[in-house]
Amino acid sequence: MLQYFEKEQESAPKLRALSAIAKVDRRSVLNGMFAATGMLVSVRVSPAEALEHLVPYPTGAADMPDKTVADPHVFVAIDPDGLVSIVAHRSEMGTGIRTSLPMVICDEMGANWERVRIVQAPGDEPRYGNQDTDGSRSTRHFIQPMRQCGAAMRQMLEAAAAAKWGVDASLCRAKNHQVILLGKDGSETSTALGFGDLAAGAMALPVPAQDTLLYKTPSEFTLIGKGATPITDLRAITMGKAGYGADVRLPGMKYAVMSRPVVLGGKVKKYDAVKALKVPGVEAVHELAGNETIPRKFGILGGIAVVGNSTYAAMRGRDALEIEWDDGPNVSYDSVAFDKEMTATASQPGKVIRNQGDPDSAFANAKEIFSADYHAQHMVQAPMEPLVAVARIVDGKAEVWAPAQSPYGARKDIAAALKMPIENVTLHVTLLGGGFGRKSAWDFIIEAALVSQKLGGTPVLMQWTREDDIRHGYYHTVSVERIEAAIDGSGKVTGWRHRTVAPSIISTFKEDDGYSFPIEYGMGFVNTPFEIPNVRCENGKAMAHTRIGWFRSVSTIPHTFAVQSAVGELAHKLGRDPKDFLLELIGSDRKLDPKALGFPNDFWNYGDPYDAFPIDTARLKNVINLAAAKAGWGKTLPERQGLGIAAHCAWSSYVATVVHVAIDADGKIRIPEATTAIDCGLYINPERIRAQLEGAAVMATSNTFYSGITFKRGAVEQSNFTDYNVARMSNYPQKVNVHIVDAPAGTHTGGVGEPGVAPFVGALCNAIFAASQKRVRSLPAGDTI
Amino acid sequence: MPTISINGENKNFSGDPDMPLLWFVRDGLNLTGTKFGCGAGVCGACTVHVDGVAVRSCQTTVGQALGKTVTTIEGLSTTGDHPVQRAWRQLNVPQCGFCQAGQIMQAAALIAKNPDPSDAQIVEVMDGNICRCGCYQRIHEAIRLAAGGV
Repeated sequence: MLQYFEKEQESAPKLRALSAIAKVDRRSVLNGMFAATGMLVSVRVSPAEALEHLVPYPTGAADMPDKTVADPHVFVAIDPDGLVSIVAHRSEMGTGIRTSLPMVICDEMGANWERVRIVQAPGDEPRYGNQDTDGSRSTRHFIQPMRQCGAAMRQMLEAAAAAKWGVDASLCRAKNHQVILLGKDGSETSTALGFGDLAAGAMALPVPAQDTLLYKTPSEFTLIGKGATPITDLRAITMGKAGYGADVRLPGMKYAVMSRPVVLGGKVKKYDAVKALKVPGVEAVHELAGNETIPRKFGILGGIAVVGNSTYAAMRGRDALEIEWDDGPNVSYDSVAFDKEMTATASQPGKVIRNQGDPDSAFANAKEIFSADYHAQHMVQAPMEPLVAVARIVDGKAEVWAPAQSPYGARKDIAAALKMPIENVTLHVTLLGGGFGRKSAWDFIIEAALVSQKLGGTPVLMQWTREDDIRHGYYHTVSVERIEAAIDGSGKVTGWRHRTVAPSIISTFKEDDGYSFPIEYGMGFVNTPFEIPNVRCENGKAMAHTRIGWFRSVSTIPHTFAVQSAVGELAHKLGRDPKDFLLELIGSDRKLDPKALGFPNDFWNYGDPYDAFPIDTARLKNVINLAAAKAGWGKTLPERQGLGIAAHCAWSSYVATVVHVAIDADGKIRIPEATTAIDCGLYINPERIRAQLEGAAVMATSNTFYSGITFKRGAVEQSNFTDYNVARMSNYPQKVNVHIVDAPAGTHTGGVGEPGVAPFVGALCNAIFAASQKRVRSLPAGDTI
Repeated sequence: MPTISINGENKNFSGDPDMPLLWFVRDGLNLTGTKFGCGAGVCGACTVHVDGVAVRSCQTTVGQALGKTVTTIEGLSTTGDHPVQRAWRQLNVPQCGFCQAGQIMQAAALIAKNPDPSDAQIVEVMDGNICRCGCYQRIHEAIRLAAGGV
């Protein structure tokens, strides 16, 4: 299904050209100006160009399960009183997507946002299209289907009005929640019908074909790209009335917690529940068998569930359990030993993933060779809402409520676990109290369903504690990245070697061979956009001994930390300005040619087709220059202060960050200010983009300073926010200035949630060096020099 | 029977006095605005007021609250128009929103005690409240805004 909007040049039908002026070939004008400046271009649009014909551009949505749906009958309902209901089918975990995608439909159909309510879809991809809310995909994949849906709804409303008035539909104009009759000269008359009056007639009409749709030109947008639309749940959140996973209340509902093996693959050898059952309020204890199938995917860990009349009773019952565990082979996992093993692997040639030119000769002929290893520990997402789900089974049908990032995948596996046909399982999506990738897994949801089944269908809320969340995660990988650069006699980098060693996420989904897979390679490893003639990217083997999963920004964190730190180190070594040197390495304005550069044949471009989403160095350089200019790059700073810069192209967006570091007399590293520039193409809600990038700065600060997960004897050593630390009010980037590039009309939409984190890590490490001459080579680094 | 005043209503309690107030409020009274975040008093998501003082309801037992006046987020303002809530909305503070009830209760207690807190005082008082989405910049601004009168 093609879902890409490009202005159609040849066959654009002349609709509504009631007061046409000479038609400007907007795209060629824009392209020319964009190439020259990379900045905002505005073109005056006459009333006749209020709407335009567009053809969809391809996105990665075509390769996702259940793809996209754009049917107004699925996404829109209009009450007789005019209240418009719009379905949000992606999960809300703080990005604002539950507001942003409905805004697109609302804008295109000409509805008034004040008269719209949002309805959250249950997990049902055949009906709504893909619902995997991760990978910064929601806006990238759905801005076009949502525009299509809104445009179709608008034309249906206009057609319904035309039928009532007995005029041609071209004389009917939907705007501000009503359809207005136009005069022969195209001007608005005082005759109008509200959406509520037209609803029945409009909904009875067939949905117009995609190639007959007209879309608003950007000048006509009322919401897209405008101002600061508050999230739909804002008031409820401030009043404590927003509904998260643990806020579901059902008649007769019980509360459960579970004791799980601390070593992955561990099993209950024997257990005694007598004491647990004596705890007041404890009503039942059940063993759940752990999934023993490898790969583990999102199967449950197994263990002993305690059910009570309150969460407190269940927790006390769990404390009273006596369990003997069989740890299994992963008890050997030790983070200190594993880091040594990975470092040794990174010092040896690995599997070649990308080769360009002749790196061996470049290194053999180098005047100087730079080499550095960059280490990063595991991390856990630790969203503020611990994992939780509610389930009940009535008459052989299961009803489940959960903060799920992937509600349809979860629903399928719940059905399999309960041995029910999928039609008998309903999964309601609550608000997510943060996700960051952990709630893309659904082990916790299956647990709730299975405990309810053990209880004969009684409603039960399965609550994970913070300790459970820290110790039973799907962890961000642990890694050693080695960067080597060959430098010739004139100080030019002639060769680049990047070796990555990290247990792979793919080990969660298929038999582990110790190597990463194209999705990880594509996250800032093989696609480093440097104009260096000889490049080799290699992957060393590292087996997984725990569950590896997604963490906001995923593999761009270790890759970009290493690459952007190495750029900073090289600049220092060569006596160059770090920003100028970064721009020089990126080189000329061009769209990278993956084949010529030796990218792998299965190169993964964040899932998007490369031709529609090429890596454009002009856009990357533009955000670097923008962030540097806004941050006052080059300004004189006091002693023990410094600026650091880093940038990348990721999730089809371009992000550059400048971090300002100031080091206190006692060595504490502070971040008084940071400046981030993003080019994410056509965007919906700039207010939420700023929020996402402010938040990315805080998460990156946590990742750089505080957050590390280590294993000893196979078990996670950390337990809570006491020893798994995150940034707090006393040390966070105090002022994050966000600059959003107004890319030319037609620039394809990129992601926002993920790409802000990794460049901030690199920029922070480079700023620490600028302020202290001390180089961070290992994360987390602590917040004191 | 022992009672606690919660949001202006007297509630009977006859269970284990060692139960954290958090679970009585959430599971006993179905006041779900107060959140469970860490269970160890280190994240602030469960913050409520006991006799006007911000406390972690996961570390305060029901026994300790008996005979006292407890306010949860639901009781801060029946219309949601406490100055802190208004400031939160004006600056679009929340992202996922999960920690925000705790943040708002902590901030409201701060402003009640100190109507014009310095930046350092804001940091000191708010340091116990974690926001994993990273809304700190706006939380700080919103407290200043609320202190200035919204």
